[in-house]
Amino acid sequence: MSAERPSATPTTVGIVVNGRRRHATVEAGDSLLTTVREGFGLTGAKPACEVGTCGACTVLLDDEAVYSCLVLGVECEDRRVDTVEGLADHGELSRLQDAFIECDALQCGFCTSGQLMSLEGLRRAEPEPTSEDIERAVQGNLCRCGAYRHILDAAEVALTVRSAS
Amino acid sequence: MRAAELDDLTEAGVERVGRPIPRVDAVDKVTGRARYSADISLPGQLVGVIVRSERPHAAIASIDTNAACAIEGVAAVMTGADVSEYAWYEDDEPLLPRVGDIVRFVGDDVAVVVAETESIARRAASVVEVRYDDLEPLTDVEHVDDDDAPMLLGNDEIETEEEGRGDVETAFTRADLLVEGVFHTPTAVHNAMEPHGAVADWRGEQVDVYTSTQGINDVREHLAERLGIDHSQVRVICEYMGGGFGAKQVPWKPTMLAVVASKLTGAPVKVMNDRRSENLAAGKRNATVQRVRIGAMKNGSIVAIDAEIDAEVGAYSVPGEASAVHGPYLFLYQCDDVRVRTRRLRSNLGPAVAFRGPGYLESTFVLESLMDELAVELGIDPIDLRRRNHAGRNQQEDVAWSHPDGILRSYERVAEESGWANSFDRQASERIRRGRGFAAHDWVAAGAMPPGHATVEFNFDGSVHVGLSAQDLGTGTRTVLSQVVADAMGVDLSHIRLSLGDTSTGPPAPTSAGSATVPTMAPAVRAAALAAVDDLLDAAAEHLGVDRSTLSFDGSNVSSTVADVPDQPLTDLCADLSPRVVHGWGSKEATPDDVSPRAQGSAEAEVEVDLDTGAVRVTRIVVGPDCGRILNRRLADSQVLGGVTQGIGFALTERQFVDHHLGTVMNPDLNEYLLPTASDTCEIVHAVLDIPDLAANEVGAKGIGELPLLPVPAAIANAVHDAIGIRFRDLPITRKRVLDALTARDTSTRNDEQESS
Repeated sequence: MSAERPSATPTTVGIVVNGRRRHATVEAGDSLLTTVREGFGLTGAKPACEVGTCGACTVLLDDEAVYSCLVLGVECEDRRVDTVEGLADHGELSRLQDAFIECDALQCGFCTSGQLMSLEGLRRAEPEPTSEDIERAVQGNLCRCGAYRHILDAAEVALTVRSAS
Repeated sequence: MRAAELDDLTEAGVERVGRPIPRVDAVDKVTGRARYSADISLPGQLVGVIVRSERPHAAIASIDTNAACAIEGVAAVMTGADVSEYAWYEDDEPLLPRVGDIVRFVGDDVAVVVAETESIARRAASVVEVRYDDLEPLTDVEHVDDDDAPMLLGNDEIETEEEGRGDVETAFTRADLLVEGVFHTPTAVHNAMEPHGAVADWRGEQVDVYTSTQGINDVREHLAERLGIDHSQVRVICEYMGGGFGAKQVPWKPTMLAVVASKLTGAPVKVMNDRRSENLAAGKRNATVQRVRIGAMKNGSIVAIDAEIDAEVGAYSVPGEASAVHGPYLFLYQCDDVRVRTRRLRSNLGPAVAFRGPGYLESTFVLESLMDELAVELGIDPIDLRRRNHAGRNQQEDVAWSHPDGILRSYERVAEESGWANSFDRQASERIRRGRGFAAHDWVAAGAMPPGHATVEFNFDGSVHVGLSAQDLGTGTRTVLSQVVADAMGVDLSHIRLSLGDTSTGPPAPTSAGSATVPTMAPAVRAAALAAVDDLLDAAAEHLGVDRSTLSFDGSNVSSTVADVPDQPLTDLCADLSPRVVHGWGSKEATPDDVSPRAQGSAEAEVEVDLDTGAVRVTRIVVGPDCGRILNRRLADSQVLGGVTQGIGFALTERQFVDHHLGTVMNPDLNEYLLPTASDTCEIVHAVLDIPDLAANEVGAKGIGELPLLPVPAAIANAVHDAIGIRFRDLPITRKRVLDALTARDTSTRNDEQESS
């Protein structure tokens, strides 16, 4: 077996991250997950399986929840990427974040960023989600601590019309 | 006022403990600010990737690292030749194999590539060329006794460990009836969302290790011993960790490899497992085969229990692989004649380690399945049968349980919350059958796992710092211990900051295991808090020139009964007392020997079985864990949800598949190792007990982590039987197994009909 040539050439990518246009140097093969974590220093999205089976790396790409481990960083040129770090507004927690705390919708916290971003994606797409919408939104986000019931409760509290009244 | 007198104050202020306050670290977790091991980024940090064995059992013939080393950005390729002075697992097993050494499972560590980035390290790892001289593997331990079974490390003398009491064989002759069976429980994998791993940073003679672990002190001590240096030269930090469930209760190789790689390269090095490694080489719940007989009288009393257990523990013996499968047979029920024989069998698979309720989960499923069978055969209500066999004391040591009636209260509460006495409709539709089942459980570590120590000091503004070197796995340790301190001192929680997760922030604390962190550390921080108040009053007496006995502290002011001495606001007093630092030290150094601390409980499960697809859907679980005093209801509820959810997984979907032909795991990923998702959960009811058990420890809280998991798989299996009349002796109860069993029953019914016609 001979040495493989490095397949990745460093390249610069410009992405609108949490509302701010930023640049990072990535390798061509780097995932969006690697790009946000190492290129932008945003470590809220977690590497947990890196093959799109757990959801811990979920971020929004142009408002849609994606597994950032399955998207290449260079694909995101000029697109909007939102991460958990952008959910709070100048230190003011979003309603979803508040509800997660109120309902104790987390334990170890490792999957929490992904859960929040999947639900934030739902919130942006669907102003009046049903319980089924909520369940579907987080079906792809594993939580080994098993906080699911509290996660669903928190989403109901934060996202549904019933709770707003 | 002496510390002892403060007990009354504690009672008065007890509402702080038990209050469902939010987690003190929740904001960090919902903003992405909580830093886990893989989030640590130090200047000049390199990344290590482990090259793992592709063979189940082989001698290393050669390792060629030239191609890997030639890749730009590779700092080092570490093999056994570079680290031959270090051992791991058993004492004489090398940290990494040299040429001629043996690799013992697919996924065993072979080499480490250290590079500037992870992608470079991964590429380089893929071109490290390892040649193997294959040896015959053994992955199916059912063949361990075959004459031609290959000899594995640790299998040369397979010991049968026998425990119990009385004379089982004679007792069986007295029994009116017998229930028995051979049960299989699967290999299950912890699969904490955060993988194992570490960032190690050698500087001079000291090393800082950021690692995801349930035991920062244990990692520190173990690393120091393996490295031949002082404990003081190793600092271990685990500020946040993404779950452990037992898999992180011992130090693992990636941590040691990061440390050694950092020493070798002179740079900080990060080594994190990928998901495949998590499934192959980072611990698992041992699979078991259990042959069990229970003899009983017609009135339901159990007269004999005999269990033979084979547990598959993997290729290496890992500390903390408790595998206490014997526990429930020995302790859960009153029975004079019990025998449990256990064999721990090595295989060419990854090593087993404790997994939430280790051993107990496996045997609770079996014992409680047989209890249900007994109840059905005798026509006795399942809960009543368990009441009739109530033990109330540790029969092995002949000492009473710390709260002998806790489990009876659990039966009562679970029956109440589940409406057990009500009629139950078993047919939802032509296709869907409903059932409900009940199961009880024992748990052993409720007293504490000492020693645990803590410090409490007043800052010069009167606010409070608590220092300890325990860790918070995500269970809420930070939060509940803060509450205990607030309660003991009467100080508002907002003025308290508690540091943990760093061996340099406090005196020794135990590994978080066995649900014992709360019973160990709550008494320790409470004692430290009371000692700090004591010190405060001593210092104030001296400062004010009054007799100590005239002083009292209400959390905000030190007051004196002497008429002309004004109240001393804590803020002013601590400033005035400067430079003296008011502080206290507290510890939990022993468990009681006059009682046997127990944390027991029970659960009811309701299921629907689809006769067409074989799918079992759990519709509700009611669980009543006797965890002693509940320190925070909201966090206790979360533990209940988590335990039940893992119980559903173990009962219905989770199973590691091994291809015994290839000697390898077929589903080392989250795609085919089926963890429960949000859609697999159900209504989960916490039948709250909240019985302070002051005989178990000073705070009366016994820990809750393992409890709500333990009875769940058995309760589900019993509910499935109630629904379709079929007993499943093997977990998980998959759709295929249900369909096969339904088909087999239909076939035999048809054959019977043909024979009789």
